[in-house]
Amino acid sequence: MAAAYDLYQEQILDHYKHPRNKGPLPGASLHGRDSNPLCGDEVILHLKIDGSERIADVRFEGQGCAISQASASMLTTMLKGVTLPDADALDRDAIIKQLGIPLSAVRLKCALLSLHVLKLAIGKKTDNRA
Amino acid sequence: MAKPAKVLLNVPAIKADFPILQRKIRDKRLVYLDSAATSQKPRQVIDATSDFYSRYNANVHRAIYELGEEATREYEGAREKIAEFIRAKSPNEIVFTKSTTESLNIVAYGYGLKGKIQNGDEIVGTVMEHHSNHVPWHFVKDHKGAVLKYVDVDDDGILRMEQYDELLTKRTKIVTVALCSNVLGTINPVKEIAKRAHEVGAVCVVDAAQAAPHMPIDVQSLDADFLAFSGHKMLGPTGIGILYGKPEALEATEPLLGGGEMIREVHLGRASWNDVPYRFEGGTPNIAGAIGLGVAVDYLTKLGMEAIRAHEMEVTQYALDKIRRIKGVTTYGPTDVRKKAGVLAFTIENAHPHDVASILDVEGICIRSGHHCAQPLMERYDLPATARASFYVYNDLEDVDALTAGIRKVQEVFA
Repeated sequence: MAAAYDLYQEQILDHYKHPRNKGPLPGASLHGRDSNPLCGDEVILHLKIDGSERIADVRFEGQGCAISQASASMLTTMLKGVTLPDADALDRDAIIKQLGIPLSAVRLKCALLSLHVLKLAIGKKTDNRA
Repeated sequence: MAKPAKVLLNVPAIKADFPILQRKIRDKRLVYLDSAATSQKPRQVIDATSDFYSRYNANVHRAIYELGEEATREYEGAREKIAEFIRAKSPNEIVFTKSTTESLNIVAYGYGLKGKIQNGDEIVGTVMEHHSNHVPWHFVKDHKGAVLKYVDVDDDGILRMEQYDELLTKRTKIVTVALCSNVLGTINPVKEIAKRAHEVGAVCVVDAAQAAPHMPIDVQSLDADFLAFSGHKMLGPTGIGILYGKPEALEATEPLLGGGEMIREVHLGRASWNDVPYRFEGGTPNIAGAIGLGVAVDYLTKLGMEAIRAHEMEVTQYALDKIRRIKGVTTYGPTDVRKKAGVLAFTIENAHPHDVASILDVEGICIRSGHHCAQPLMERYDLPATARASFYVYNDLEDVDALTAGIRKVQEVFA
């Protein structure tokens, strides 16, 4: 049945069932949150930034479908050690390539939710050093 | 395999009437289980709308020539059919709108916001309503200071009728309820609720979007003051809906749309309105849609609404028996099909409803996933989303077998 289930390839299911970098991140200075009103998918992203504008650590929280949550998990693995400008330069093609699955227009929204949340987090930097 | 169905409806013959059901999805038979969102259309309805445009397209109520007379005759003929379909006393109690949503908004705006409701008056709804029977009342609250109250459901999805004792007061002006829940399938005791509303001097507004396609409706027996439903969920075209109102209720309602058709006389700065129901049909109406809905009503009437209801009870019972037996699957709403229409919300352990729908899609099975435009109900059960299968005249036990096989595939993927 492999061909029929292109969406649910092993790496997607692996990230969904065993999410990387999931949970709160004490000391994070950048946060983003958004939900997909159509599905109720939710992704929250926490970024800890070091003195040289580099992402020292990243965690996500959320709930939703396999595509949205696997995408968030994969995104966190792409962000550690990356500078903020480089993170900000990540685009949808990078995410789609990372996911490596064919996506319909509706499921694309699930896949790109975490990227959108990343942009929100970078865009509204809050002073939260405590 | 499916056991042979009792001969309530000749489903193979019905399926043959629906061109779309001949379609394959990825080489699989199309199994359409999303009629609660919108139904498919039989050839008869498709032909009727196309026939209007091919043969007698003209505007209604105005043209003097033959085409206009034919169009008006068919449009008004559809109104008569729909009046009869829900046992209204007169076609004048039937307003053509574009949807259930528009129908409910006409009532909220014209009877509530611009009409009877004063600051502090109360509107009693339920937690199981579709958004279209929530949000219009929010407008009345926001603009007129109405107080909104809601009857809760129990864990089986049954309205807690005893709460009406407390919630209904002499300030209650509107009581609104779905005849049938679009998520739980619960069929609500609207006749009793309308009686209780009338005892405190309130009107009863009924959302029949999920009921009109699936069971006989008698507005006189229900004693509803307003009742709304949509054409597209009952084999008709999209963009056509119905608002039924008792004559006195419609007379007390201000129009939502001003424009052509709805007026008697217009002068600079003032106008007088046309009679009910035309007062509510400003602008050129959806003529083809109304005619198509009339033909859909013919189709349903020929099958028989009692037979349709009995057929759906059988399919729903079969689905409940099959699906509830699968470990890791939870269903929502009543399990007694006498209290439940052919709507089955469910969740599968460890699989998000969207992933369920995606995997079933690969199998050619169309179901809905999400909050079903009923977020307050989802909150009530603390669910982010559910999957939902819904059944209609063209579904049979084989479709249910396909669904259960699909659910097992989902469980394999997410094991």
